Amino acid sequence: MLAIRNLSIAFPGPDGPVRVVDDVSVEVGRGESLGIVGESGSGKSMLSLATIGLLPKSARTSGEILLESKDIPGKDILVRNILAMGEHELCGLRGRRIGMIFQEPMTALNPAMTAGQQIAEGIRLHRRIGRAEARAEALRLLDRVRIPDPSRRIDSYPHEMSGGQRQRVGIAIALALKPDLLIADEPTTALDVTVQKEILDILDELVADLGLSLILISHDLGVIARSTDRTLVMCRGRAVEAGPTETVLRHPTAQYTRDLIAALPRRARAGLGDQPRLAAGGTR
Amino acid sequence: MTALAKLPGPVLRLRRGWRPGSAALLIGGILTACLVGIALTSLVWTPEDPARMRILQKLKGPLVSGLLGTDHLGRDVASMLMRGAFNSLTTAFAAVAVGAVLGTLAGVAAAAGSKFDAVLMRICDALFALPPILSAIMLGALLGPGALTAIVAIGVFMIPVFARVTRGAAMQIWAREYIMAARMAGKGTARITVEHVLPNIAGQIIVQVTIQLAMAILTEAGLSFLGLGLPPPAPTWGRMLAESQTYLLQAPHLALAPGLAIAVAVLGLNLLGDGLAARLDPRRRQAS
Amino acid sequence: MLRHLLRRAAGFAVTFLLISILVFCMMEIVPGDPASAMLGTSATPETLAALRAQMGLDAPAAIRYLRWLGGLMTGSMGLSYTYGVPVGGLILERLAVTLPLTGLAVLLAVGIALPLGVTAAARPGGVADGAATLYAQAGIAVPNFWIGLMLIMVVALGLGWLPAGGFPGWGEPAAALRALLLPALALAIPQSAVLTRVTRASVVEVMNEDFVRTARAKGASVSRALWRHAVPNALVPVITMLGLQISFLIGGAVLVENVFTLPGMGRLAWQALAQRDLIVIQNVVMVFATIVIAVNLGVDLLYTVVDPRLRRRA
Repeated sequence: MLAIRNLSIAFPGPDGPVRVVDDVSVEVGRGESLGIVGESGSGKSMLSLATIGLLPKSARTSGEILLESKDIPGKDILVRNILAMGEHELCGLRGRRIGMIFQEPMTALNPAMTAGQQIAEGIRLHRRIGRAEARAEALRLLDRVRIPDPSRRIDSYPHEMSGGQRQRVGIAIALALKPDLLIADEPTTALDVTVQKEILDILDELVADLGLSLILISHDLGVIARSTDRTLVMCRGRAVEAGPTETVLRHPTAQYTRDLIAALPRRARAGLGDQPRLAAGGTR
Repeated sequence: MTALAKLPGPVLRLRRGWRPGSAALLIGGILTACLVGIALTSLVWTPEDPARMRILQKLKGPLVSGLLGTDHLGRDVASMLMRGAFNSLTTAFAAVAVGAVLGTLAGVAAAAGSKFDAVLMRICDALFALPPILSAIMLGALLGPGALTAIVAIGVFMIPVFARVTRGAAMQIWAREYIMAARMAGKGTARITVEHVLPNIAGQIIVQVTIQLAMAILTEAGLSFLGLGLPPPAPTWGRMLAESQTYLLQAPHLALAPGLAIAVAVLGLNLLGDGLAARLDPRRRQAS
Repeated sequence: MLRHLLRRAAGFAVTFLLISILVFCMMEIVPGDPASAMLGTSATPETLAALRAQMGLDAPAAIRYLRWLGGLMTGSMGLSYTYGVPVGGLILERLAVTLPLTGLAVLLAVGIALPLGVTAAARPGGVADGAATLYAQAGIAVPNFWIGLMLIMVVALGLGWLPAGGFPGWGEPAAALRALLLPALALAIPQSAVLTRVTRASVVEVMNEDFVRTARAKGASVSRALWRHAVPNALVPVITMLGLQISFLIGGAVLVENVFTLPGMGRLAWQALAQRDLIVIQNVVMVFATIVIAVNLGVDLLYTVVDPRLRRRA
């Protein structure tokens, strides 16, 4: 579905370019979920921004980000390099083929637009439908992300909602057009522990129902263990380890991965060893 | 959370040496130095006596008679501009001094949690609603046109400007921890204001003085254009423009020269203010 | 919301009273007596006293202040010494020039500043940004009355496109608008320079916000993210600046009206000073100051329209 090949990202600095992602290769299959783990500054967010074509203008890239295209029915599957796409093509891709959820639900929503307007905007950008129809669709989506009282919340502004509710709106925006790939960049980091679990539940459910591919970025091994099939460990822009999530977490080969696991509280670590998919929530 | 914010150290190094605002500081500084230099020179030397009329030489173009030509009474425009710079600067400086001293006092007092905070700020609102030209018209009726009318009219309008800037900046300082420490040490409000608050907001006040000097020069030009500034024969940029109105097509240099003089003076001070702000104002420093 | 409104209205009233006291006191200490000014030096003490009584000038200052305040509310501000007509009517007539003039100037200023500032913010450091910065620095530095002179010189006298001054009255709307265009432009250019600067800075800041990235991730183009998402959220500082500028705009109107010989409030005030028509000065100043604080009240209410976060606060 998506293949990242030898991706490097650099920014110009006073002493020459600074590489924030260095020769990373990884693949995500259809319906598969990939976790990317690493501490802040490890380049994982830059990787995700590159995938959706939203790197800052000053970024210099090399390598390829290949996306399978199913646009033309009947023909062979087309493969396109996102890094080589023009702005117009990228706009058609974002939201429609790739959806993205951001870390900060407090700031990721437009304070001057209602939840419904923000969900409907994405739909109307890609589909020729009327206002009323888009609103009805937004309402269905709000229901889907289990927002209580969606018919009232659809007209709420972000400041009138809790962090968890805002993140649900964020999910609704990202999934509005049933994209093939969902990128969630630290979707639960800014939330309370109890809310984290609810959000992850909703995410897991939707990913399974819609058959999406998922890239889940987190510094939280518990979240990774719970929701992903495969894991990529990043450190200072480099991929240090990759493989099935269970293998990576139970039998880490890289010293850095071992350090990450060792840094977890003991109980969470014990949970990882026994049943990796159930260890969520308790690690923070 | 921009990408660059995440990058390690080196990005910060840009700030040393040539910083954003350095160009503004340099150009603004040079223009302002020229302005002050010309104004001071006019006291001891001008090409001609700026008040000397030579009717036979009237309305001559630039370089035909003198550097910038002559006006409708045959006075030398370059000399009038030079002396005008002095008149304009002194009026502006006096007005800003009035506004800065009274405004800073009011602002610091309001920020110190004085009971007058609300009252002071209301008075500031009221003063701010009186554009200097209107105050000058009222004062003109009271005192007649002249330097005092211009200085008071402009200065009074600047009190609320300085009061607001100072109050905002001082309130931020009052919220700091070391102020708490000073309080614990038993220092009084007045002493903390003098020892801790004023030194920390001095930079912002200096920036504001520079920018308000530019505003004052503009306003002074307007007042003397209306005949509310220094009375004749003292040359002012504003009155030169007012007198040029009759000869717009016949002698366009009479309107061009003072206008450009005002623009360059104001531009210099504004650039200087911007440049200083980039260095002295903590808020702006972070942003750049 | 209602409490917020009431608090603002109370603040408006207090400021209004403070200004009126200030203006009244100032005009009170001006030497010279309106009655003797009207009658001239040859008047006998008896006729002078009679006129003073008739004009209500013999009452104590506090009473006269309250009478004046009442007159301001009802529009009966007394007779102009020089024109011999009611000041209220005179001011109304002149407002019909000054208000359209300043309104047109604000429209022009926003019309120049918003596209320029937003375009500059779209690519910080780009060509448009450089041009906008240059325009902002130059525009702030030039006096509006000098721009007026230059416009007269080039557009009116040189090219002959628009009138150099005077006002035909609203009986001929097209001609009246043509007469207001150049003075409004002279007022608008310095204002737009300040607004361009504020708009640019504000939009640049908002473009870095996360929600703009969210919008882009939905598939919104750069220009849609700019105009639909960034600009509405960048308007508060711009509106604040518009409100602050009203003082300068009114000061500028006095000057520009005199450059273009427009029969507006500013020219009225200036002529009244020349003729020592104190009652006109007093009321014109008060009406101008009221406009300033009313605009600031309006700006305050406008915030709640622009920013939904402020709607339910306080």
